[in-house]
Amino acid sequence: MISLSSYLILSAVLFSVGVIGFVLRRNTIVIFMSIELMLNAANVAFVAFSRFLNSMDGQIFVFFVMSVAAAEAAVGLAIIMAVYRTKETVNADEMNLMKW
Amino acid sequence: MVETALFIVLAVVTVITAILVIVQRNPVASAIYLIITFFCLAGIYLLLNAQFIAIIQVLVYAGAIMVLFLFVIMLLNLEKEKKIIIRYRLQRVLGVFLGIVLLAQIGMIFNSVLLEGSKGDFPPEKVAALGNTEVVARLLFTDFLLPFEITSVLLLVAIIGAIVLAKRQI
Amino acid sequence: MLDYVGLIPLFPAIGFAVNLFWGRRMSKGAVGFIACAVIGLSFLVSLLVFAALLKLPPTGRSLEKVLYTWILAGEFQANVGFLIDPLSVVMMMVVSGVSFIIHIYSHGYMHEDRDFCRYFTYLNLFVFFMLLLVSAGNFLLFFVGWEGVGLCSYFLIGFWYEKKSASDAGKKAFIVNRIGDYGFLLAIFLIFLTFGTLDFKAVFAAAPGKFAVGSGLVTLTTLLLFMGATGKSAQIPLYTWLPDAMEGPTPVSALIHAATMVTAGVYMVARCHVLFLLAPTSIFVVAVIGAATAIYAASIGLAQNDIKRVLAYSTISQIGYMFLACGVGAFAAGIFHLMTHAFFKALLFLGAGSVMHALAGELDMRRMGALKPHMRRTYWTFLIGTLAISGIFPFAGFFSKDEILWKALTEGGFAFWLVGAVAAFMTATYMFRAVFMTFHGKSRVDHQVAHHIHESPGIMTVPLIILAVLSTIGGFIGFPIVEGWNQFHDFLAPVFVMPPKAADSGHHAAGFEIGMMIVSMVIAGLGILSAYRMYIQSPSLPGRLAERYRAPYEMIANKYWVDEIYNFMFVGPMVRFSVFLWRIFDDLLVDGTVNGVGAVVRGGSEIFKRLQTGNVQSYALFILVGVVLMIGYFLF
Repeated sequence: MISLSSYLILSAVLFSVGVIGFVLRRNTIVIFMSIELMLNAANVAFVAFSRFLNSMDGQIFVFFVMSVAAAEAAVGLAIIMAVYRTKETVNADEMNLMKW
Repeated sequence: MVETALFIVLAVVTVITAILVIVQRNPVASAIYLIITFFCLAGIYLLLNAQFIAIIQVLVYAGAIMVLFLFVIMLLNLEKEKKIIIRYRLQRVLGVFLGIVLLAQIGMIFNSVLLEGSKGDFPPEKVAALGNTEVVARLLFTDFLLPFEITSVLLLVAIIGAIVLAKRQI
Repeated sequence: MLDYVGLIPLFPAIGFAVNLFWGRRMSKGAVGFIACAVIGLSFLVSLLVFAALLKLPPTGRSLEKVLYTWILAGEFQANVGFLIDPLSVVMMMVVSGVSFIIHIYSHGYMHEDRDFCRYFTYLNLFVFFMLLLVSAGNFLLFFVGWEGVGLCSYFLIGFWYEKKSASDAGKKAFIVNRIGDYGFLLAIFLIFLTFGTLDFKAVFAAAPGKFAVGSGLVTLTTLLLFMGATGKSAQIPLYTWLPDAMEGPTPVSALIHAATMVTAGVYMVARCHVLFLLAPTSIFVVAVIGAATAIYAASIGLAQNDIKRVLAYSTISQIGYMFLACGVGAFAAGIFHLMTHAFFKALLFLGAGSVMHALAGELDMRRMGALKPHMRRTYWTFLIGTLAISGIFPFAGFFSKDEILWKALTEGGFAFWLVGAVAAFMTATYMFRAVFMTFHGKSRVDHQVAHHIHESPGIMTVPLIILAVLSTIGGFIGFPIVEGWNQFHDFLAPVFVMPPKAADSGHHAAGFEIGMMIVSMVIAGLGILSAYRMYIQSPSLPGRLAERYRAPYEMIANKYWVDEIYNFMFVGPMVRFSVFLWRIFDDLLVDGTVNGVGAVVRGGSEIFKRLQTGNVQSYALFILVGVVLMIGYFLF
């Protein structure tokens, strides 16, 4: 029997990996992938709790998270494409028009 | 026994591929590894008796979202990166460090707090009896109808937004 | 009629307001007419009030008329209220009457001036404040008038403000006055603390009960009151502003610095006589300073060459006499001299103005001379004024000055009389010196100006004649010795109720008094004779005397270097301190702090703006930092 803690630790590790990836990488697409990693880590936690607390609410929530993630990915990638058209780059360091 | 072994294998693969996602210099490789991560996660969902979620994970995440990612990567014709960190070195190192700190903190939370909550109405046996999808569907269309409908609106908005943003000329 | 006493200060206020707002659009004639008319109306009302007061029995002649309650703050109440009693009525009549005459004179004197309208505006404002001062029923309203006349004095002294000496003189007058006013204010505070009210009637009724005779508190209060009086009335040590105040137009000098404002201090001492009588030390100080100033200023007047300055020092000296009278308890005599002095000093100043008018502004007596044939009316009126001030029978000055000297001898002692007598000798000397140098002898007038000499127009000489008449007959209401003929003293007697112990020194032989009167006349005659010898018979004598007695001459010619001493001791350090406050405290500290705050904010912004890198990942990093910190906080 796998305890709840194991799943939660997995979720925590995935989340931190996502965070590190977000801060570390320059390529905007990879940053986006890190965001997806973080979302998935959250999903794992939700499903684990749903299982161990005998409640279906967790899974319902995962459903919604996924749909939102899909929408977000679509829009985000559209933005990246629009930016690429203007700036010819997907390097996050070079998207700093709001710099002081 | 089998479960535990399966879990360990799946978990390890998940973590390794996740780390590889963020470490790879080639974006396409990152995408592939992410797909593998998603598959492993689907397996973990199956271990948790969340069959509906597992399938949705494969269909939506691995099938739709990652394909979209790959399309965009191909469209933009991205190349391999030269180095991982060029600018903002301090910032990035600090970020990595803080990520590890965050992990440690969450671990401490899990160790210190008693992770209990009020038990709900759906023990695994009942769910297994009814069928996971059916239970999810039942809840979705009764208790959670409003969020469901709103989500559909959200998706509509996302469609419009994506099209408007990605067009060549508005 | 008594209810209309509020009209007396109101009329000049109306004149002021009308000329202030519409004066520029009116013709000079209209402006002058309005200004003179309102003063005339004031004078008329004050005569009517006087008549109404006479109808009341002598003991009931002290009334208070309250217009409205001005301040009501907790237990403190101050009203706009007037006190009508013989003293204030006398002052009102003198002030409004002499002001009226001087206003008419000014209409002619200032006719060519481009700031004609502004002049009359200020003059009316001054009369308003002065009338407020003399009719006030409480210390606060009195102080309002006090400050107001000081303010108008500043305006009018510095009337030709483009001339630096004039604006400097105005500032000097105001500042020196202020020093006195500081003492006055402290006295008012003390009075309020002791009595809880500032009303004249209430304070003076309660005073004997509250103060023991000679107690420290009453001595301090009265000394502070007197400090205010020395400032306003130009006594030692705060007199230095009055000679400089001659920079103003001559009618201003006549009105403010001879007849009215400078007498406010004497009025104040007379009004507060109850308090002064309770403090023997203070009243002695008053007498000493009065006597000292009288002789001191007279000595300086002997060596002045500017005709207005001679009259200025003469004013200081005569006011010294008034304080001497008050100081020995003869308050009625002091007020009597105040009235006669108003007549003849105004006359003298206006006469000097007439001379200046004829000589196109020449002030220096060394460049005058032999004007008598050309300016008969001015000459005769000026002579009458000089005889009055020298104390020659039967002119007004004789009666008032003699009464003061008599009271100084009987109530104060021989020393006071002697000082007064010497000062009287000097007064006669320098005044007749002025007459001889200006009107007699050989003409030393500048050639271009000599063609210009003419008698002044009627509008200027008629006031001179009126004042000359007053100077001649005005003394007879204070005729001494004969019982019942000293109407002035009797009229004021209910006001100056003296404590019983002072009454026993009353009766000396009539012959003694007549003898002293003859002595005074002889002294005055000697003074006239000395002036005659020095300036008519042998005009080189003054020069030779100055050579032989070089040191004393230098002292009085340089006014005992008091101005220089004051500059060195007080003004210099004050100016240096002010510059220090300005440069170091204000510029560096205050401005520096304010600018420094701005600089700190700017510097801080320079540092904090670096947070806006425009890089999304840094922003995410900040979020991460926040999350880690928060979780850390909740963990520990």
